[in-house]
Amino acid sequence: MTSAKPDAQLIASAESSAFLDFFRDSAAIAKVELLKVMRDPTEVLARAVQPILWLVVFGEVFSRVRGIPTGSVSYLAFLTPGILAQSVLFAAIFYGVAVVWERDLGIVHKLLVSPAPRSALVFGKAVSAGFRGVIQAVVIYLTVLALHVNVRWNPFSIAGVVLAVMLGSAIFSTFSLIIACLVKSRERFMGIGQLMTMPLFFASNAIYPLALMPRWLRVVAVINPLTYLVDALRGMMIAHAQTLHGPLINLGFLCIVFVGLLAVATRLYPSLAR
Amino acid sequence: MGTAKNVAMDPAETLAHSGDSYAIETFDLTRRFGDMTAVDHVNLHVRYGAIFGLLGPNGAGKSTIIKMLTTLLDPTSGTAAVAGFDIVKSPGDVRRRIGYVPQLLSADGALTGYENLNLFGQLYGIASADRKRRITEALHFMGLTESANKLAKYFSGGMIRRLELAQAMLHRPAVLVLDEPTIGLDPVARQTVWERLLELRSDYQMTVLITTHAMEEADALCDALAILHLGKVAAVGKPAQLKDGLGPGATLNDVFAHYSGGTIQEEGNYRDVRQARRTANRLG
Repeated sequence: MTSAKPDAQLIASAESSAFLDFFRDSAAIAKVELLKVMRDPTEVLARAVQPILWLVVFGEVFSRVRGIPTGSVSYLAFLTPGILAQSVLFAAIFYGVAVVWERDLGIVHKLLVSPAPRSALVFGKAVSAGFRGVIQAVVIYLTVLALHVNVRWNPFSIAGVVLAVMLGSAIFSTFSLIIACLVKSRERFMGIGQLMTMPLFFASNAIYPLALMPRWLRVVAVINPLTYLVDALRGMMIAHAQTLHGPLINLGFLCIVFVGLLAVATRLYPSLAR
Repeated sequence: MGTAKNVAMDPAETLAHSGDSYAIETFDLTRRFGDMTAVDHVNLHVRYGAIFGLLGPNGAGKSTIIKMLTTLLDPTSGTAAVAGFDIVKSPGDVRRRIGYVPQLLSADGALTGYENLNLFGQLYGIASADRKRRITEALHFMGLTESANKLAKYFSGGMIRRLELAQAMLHRPAVLVLDEPTIGLDPVARQTVWERLLELRSDYQMTVLITTHAMEEADALCDALAILHLGKVAAVGKPAQLKDGLGPGATLNDVFAHYSGGTIQEEGNYRDVRQARRTANRLG
């Protein structure tokens, strides 16, 4: 059998290109995460129930309230991108629980002892969360089909929605990972996760326009990434919807937020093993 | 810690390694957590090809040493070289050359045995064709071929340990680091893990560092031991040397109790216990 001398070929490939390593390792992490979702989709499917309720119950009732200014579109059409963004947030924000679980099992330790770049370990998880988010989008599209909401069905619009949903999922799952790195226990994580979601949701334009908000809340909403996600989705999903910014500004802002969170998470992730 | 150098480790003698003569060498390795010094100026020398045991009660600093040697934790002061690379200056080079099995049974239960191995094969940059061959080989070596496509959550503790060993050896590390490798395993599973470790060492000339607080394990496996107490090295040497140092008939348990503080002695019956054990040993 071979000797204990480190494989010359292995070492060479490891030093060849940090850039390729990053994508190879991210893909490896994302792949197993998705494999796990496909094997046991219970959690993802359970999370899809809530947005249906929001649209069918909350949406239908509030459509009858004429006091919410939604421009030329119906309230249900106004609400749909908001609920999609909300379901992306709710599904991704608890992603950190799985990371705490992996820490308790020692899996995080093994990943961190491997030569994979730490940024790839974090990015791979964000990518897999992105794909999980797409499942939420599929559920929303099926629901609005049943409710006869007027959404854009052209491929460019849908591709843009998928991109925004993936970006939003990546942002909130990475945010969740950061919280997991800070609290390190499941109990505390669940508490903080619950605490985070509702303020993020209410301090956004998901279910009412910014114009209705008191000034202080509007200040919060303007720095809330969820607002940009909702705005991006609204512009791309709903014809003639009023938006705050163009899609490029919204997606650009989300990209910047993601890169920032990725940098923080990459720094904090190793602390899980200490 | 001059004694460590005097310990001859047979399989290592025949191995010609260029430059560095030790697989693991620590230099006043120290780690503090607040006021508490978990690891206090530890100097260890582990020859290539040796199975070296870190022995000590809970809180002696074993796991903290392991975390520093595997680059999970930075030392407060001092440093160490693993497979010829400094853990502080070149952690990436160290990571490529070590295999690690943490204390907890850490296989991913939602993945099959094969998938668990494949993930780490990818993260270690082993090319696809080579990876497949090595995984097949490793599964066979660990007696897991039949269970390759079963989810790891249905594995027994012993099977998970062997899967983890397979995972840790895929990239042919120079140094294998195992934190309490047989904790919680039944005697048969434990025996199997020991056998596989000894085979790994002789087949691949891997250097193995284990922590344990099981005396039989240290006796059965280790070429050399360091006994830790309150973050310091209390004694180091071959198991036989350590036992002989305490007098005829001493067991590793006696050595352990002798160096790791007088908890048993304080209860006043340490000598009696030792006496009784010696008698038991003599009677077979």
